[in-house]
Amino acid sequence: MIDMPTSQEVLIPLMLTLKVATWATLLATSFGIATAFALARLRFPGREVLDAVMTLPMVMPPTVLGYYLLVLVGRRGIIGEWLYDNLGISLVFTWQGAVIAAAVVAFPLIYKAARAAFEGVERQYEQAARALGQSEFEVFIRVTLPLAWRGILAGAMLAFARALGEFGATLMVAGSLPGRTQTLSIAVYEAVQAGKDDVANYLVVVTSIVCISILLASGRLLQPRYAS
Amino acid sequence: MRIEVDIRKTLRSNGRDFALDVKFACDDDLGVVFGPSGAGKSLTLRAIAGLEKPDYGRIVVGDKVLFDSMAGINVRASERAIGYLFQDYALFPHLNVEENIGFGVKRWWQRKLPVDAARRVAELLDLFELRGLNKAYPAQLSGGQRQRVALARALIRRPDLLLLDEPFAALDPLLRGRMRAELVAIRAMFKVPMLAITHDPEDVSVLAETVVVVNQGRVEKLVDVKSAPYRDGEGRVNEGSIRELLTGMDRAGPPPLPRKTIRVVK
Repeated sequence: MIDMPTSQEVLIPLMLTLKVATWATLLATSFGIATAFALARLRFPGREVLDAVMTLPMVMPPTVLGYYLLVLVGRRGIIGEWLYDNLGISLVFTWQGAVIAAAVVAFPLIYKAARAAFEGVERQYEQAARALGQSEFEVFIRVTLPLAWRGILAGAMLAFARALGEFGATLMVAGSLPGRTQTLSIAVYEAVQAGKDDVANYLVVVTSIVCISILLASGRLLQPRYAS
Repeated sequence: MRIEVDIRKTLRSNGRDFALDVKFACDDDLGVVFGPSGAGKSLTLRAIAGLEKPDYGRIVVGDKVLFDSMAGINVRASERAIGYLFQDYALFPHLNVEENIGFGVKRWWQRKLPVDAARRVAELLDLFELRGLNKAYPAQLSGGQRQRVALARALIRRPDLLLLDEPFAALDPLLRGRMRAELVAIRAMFKVPMLAITHDPEDVSVLAETVVVVNQGRVEKLVDVKSAPYRDGEGRVNEGSIRELLTGMDRAGPPPLPRKTIRVVK
């Protein structure tokens, strides 16, 4: 007979994970769109190097990334020290820290998708818009973004899925404080370590359902739409 | 309207240089740039529209200097008031017919067209026989319908000049004749000066008062085809003489001699 895990043990990490993943996706998506557009449209020296750096989080071990993040935003880190001294903000062991970690890990997914989407927009549509009196900003808002939108959205969903499952970097930066920074994937680990198999089962099922739904939705988005 | 073009641009692709060095002035409201593909026609047209920046030179349309490398003038494409009909029309695939036509008379923050702009869209839908198709998307239209939408989209802004890039090349041959007649009728209605590029002599007889023959990136000749021997006493086109004029011109000529001119550019 399996005991029902208390809602505390499933619901709290689930809500926290959704919150962290949502903020991380918003953060990664806004930076991702800007970087992807710049790299897709501008020609400048070091462009490919920048592309490699932007993609790095995809191939680096999350713990290494987490370490880098600690060096940057930790209490004595380059950015972290400034934040603490001037704004009194400390990101380490907070859910905001988990957001930063998840955003960095998820960034390449949205960046790659957005860049491919922007590069897939035929330049001729943008030129047609210019010839119709539109400023560069209007061309972007009215033509480029709407035509790239589905690809960007699909990338954002993958980034969200990746952020949901983030483990290594999050653990390094935010730790595993139940109710504060203990996300689903960390809770699963802790539950298994503590021998609470019923809790782990529930967490695993919930996580799987969320991830599969996201993949199905993003798959739909990637289907071509304007084919003649 | 007077169009003055005197531009130079070097393009490099696949390690080969293409040098465009085009100079002509055309006072007629119907001009055609004729030449084989790869002659530099498109590049010239795109430079006039501001979609391509020449290395050196000067472009004047009417009384407006649009580009002058010496004076440091380069008016943005969006401020040139020049309509451009792309070869495959470049209709926005995410917008329906109505939205495509109204695109250039609506600002990005407006959810709906201003009243007078909406009225003009409705007028153009009627005029171009697109009324029932106002909610259709470009992918659902035939070639002729796409061309009408593209023309309406350009004309709604009342441009000073309409540029046409191979206007009939994307249409099947049976439709070409009809669309040529349609374009002539539209032109008579809107009185907009037009400059078209083509490699089809038949377009020349319909659309040209002046023909600029371009080959290998240079102007070979400029011919006024308004009068004899290209037109008879009643102004009807003598297609035979036009075809004769252009014979052999639609094929690329021998490679050009090496350029020995040295230009001093300040």
